Amino acid sequence: MVTANTELAYNSKIEGEVIVSRADAVINWIRTSSIWPMPMGLACCAIELMGVAASRFDIARFGAEVMRFSPRQSDCMIVAGTVTYKMATAVRRIYDQMAEPKWVIAMGACASSGGMYRSYAVLQGVDRIVPVDVYISGCPPRPEALLDALIKLQTKIKREPSAKRLLSA
Amino acid sequence: MSAPADATTALKARFPQVTDRASLDHPAVNVPAADVPAVLKYLREEFAFDLLADVTAIDWAEGVSPRFTVVYHLLSTTGHAYLRVAANCASDAAPEVPSVVDLWAGANWHEREVYDMFGIKFAGHPDLRRILMWDEYPHFPLRKEFPLAGIETPLPDPAVVAETGAKAIPAPMMGGPFVAAPGEINLTEAEPRAKDESWNERRSKPE
Repeated sequence: MVTANTELAYNSKIEGEVIVSRADAVINWIRTSSIWPMPMGLACCAIELMGVAASRFDIARFGAEVMRFSPRQSDCMIVAGTVTYKMATAVRRIYDQMAEPKWVIAMGACASSGGMYRSYAVLQGVDRIVPVDVYISGCPPRPEALLDALIKLQTKIKREPSAKRLLSA
Repeated sequence: MSAPADATTALKARFPQVTDRASLDHPAVNVPAADVPAVLKYLREEFAFDLLADVTAIDWAEGVSPRFTVVYHLLSTTGHAYLRVAANCASDAAPEVPSVVDLWAGANWHEREVYDMFGIKFAGHPDLRRILMWDEYPHFPLRKEFPLAGIETPLPDPAVVAETGAKAIPAPMMGGPFVAAPGEINLTEAEPRAKDESWNERRSKPE
């Protein structure tokens, strides 16, 4: 007998209060939906970073609005600006203080490659001291570019073997 | 207290060792390095040059003597006039001038910057440390012999260096800043690519 089931959403009464999924999918879904950025604002890119967080672009739509100025409470370092050699060791120390899992976005030309600062004082790309997940071009990048990078990072997080890493850690 | 416009004439009368300095904009004088504090104090108290706008320096290149000149820019906020005071350093190898932190507290960071970039010591400065580069940095970047790309130097934090292997390296000049060499009027020949500075991490620097 075929009954007309018009329920399109999950119905806990029918399913018996049980959801079946993969651990990776659940863990990664939780992680992607609440990335807490560490705003490593070092130059003018930080102004665009503020723009992303403000009402017009609203990074909260992607669940990453909780900017934490403590590395202990954040899991995605957004390096926004020129990294000088003097600052580079501090950037690495702050990265080391962040708890796993953690990701890095190199925002703009300076953080990605040194940018226009071909100079004795500037680190030629933040990937020399921390592992970078997503690079953003631009000087400075548009706020949409940072949102795009955030979505790319979320896509990347969704593919991670999180459960295996948790068990082997 | 007199008008700032009369300052250079009165200054030369009071200090015979002060001479006029060629200048395209503001009045400028040359002063022996040892007399700098006395001259600046006189200008501040008698001619109302109450603001030390800048302290900077010139490196006239290796082999030139005197090699280093320290330049003070004074502004009178009441008389609306600028005055430039320049002092040649007596020693080319270990340049030194007296500090004027006692006259303007704001000279503190200006003098630290000049020390950081040129290696000119300021005698009597209360805290003469580097201000822009890190403390252990061995070079003075604005000296003429220092290359724009930089010199390979270890970073100051041993833990970070052990973790990352990072060090300060000469920056690649490929497609880099437009730096004309002195005397090169033909701009095509003065471009970095003409001087074969198109080296980077993969292609080593030509000797």
